[in-house]
Amino acid sequence: MAHIQSRFSRRNRISEGISTGPLADISFLLIIFFMVTTVFVVYRGFPVDLPPAQKIDALLGKRNFVNIWIDPQGRIMVDEFDTQLPQVGNIVKTKLTMNPRIVVLVKSDRNTPYRLISGVIEELKKADALRVSFIAREEK
Amino acid sequence: MIHKRRTLLSASIPTSSMADIAFLLIIFFLVTTTFSMDKGLGLTLPPSGTKTTVPSVNIARVWIDTTGKITLDDREATLDELGSRIKTLTGKNPNIIVSIKTASDARYQSFVDVIDEIKKAGNDKISIAEPD
Repeated sequence: MAHIQSRFSRRNRISEGISTGPLADISFLLIIFFMVTTVFVVYRGFPVDLPPAQKIDALLGKRNFVNIWIDPQGRIMVDEFDTQLPQVGNIVKTKLTMNPRIVVLVKSDRNTPYRLISGVIEELKKADALRVSFIAREEK
Repeated sequence: MIHKRRTLLSASIPTSSMADIAFLLIIFFLVTTTFSMDKGLGLTLPPSGTKTTVPSVNIARVWIDTTGKITLDDREATLDELGSRIKTLTGKNPNIIVSIKTASDARYQSFVDVIDEIKKAGNDKISIAEPD
């Protein structure tokens, strides 16, 4: 009996502390993951009531996007620039020279007259930004 | 003797606070990370100024007027009809290109609805014509 008890207590002593060494490793791994994936958004555009649609694809990544907001009053914003329609092409072109893999995201209010959208599309064609995505809200 | 004792004391660096710092940083990045949640209808535009002639048998013309009424090849259609008609057209001729022309005063919503319907019908060859 005494023999068993001594063995038991010895065992207890061995498993006493939880090893915390790898904890920091795991945490640092997670930090690195979040550091790499974090993109700080410095511009927010303006709120638009996006049109609903069904056959929409998720867009992954964030570094290759140029956002264009268009509101029904004709206010246009290209990423951080509050701009007018004739300047859209130039801004997108400058961005395209810095990153040729750019996809333009058109975020427009559902009530925007089509002439504004068409104007932006023509500007994009002029700037050779041919990959466009019309952002929509998921319709159930 | 004193010297020896000192080296013994500084032999270990306390690592227990390391995890605390790491977790603090994790929480910071967790909070600031925003995953892109944008979803959209992707299209590839033709380059400006290029004109490719397409035989008219391969074109389905969609016209959206100011009120959002849809016309496909000169015949009026509702959204659902448009979908089924595009589907039959694509089934008959896989090379068919849907050309969308929208009135300047039409709402953006009608335009998105039509693109959505065409994509749902399984046709990805969409061309956007400039309004007159």
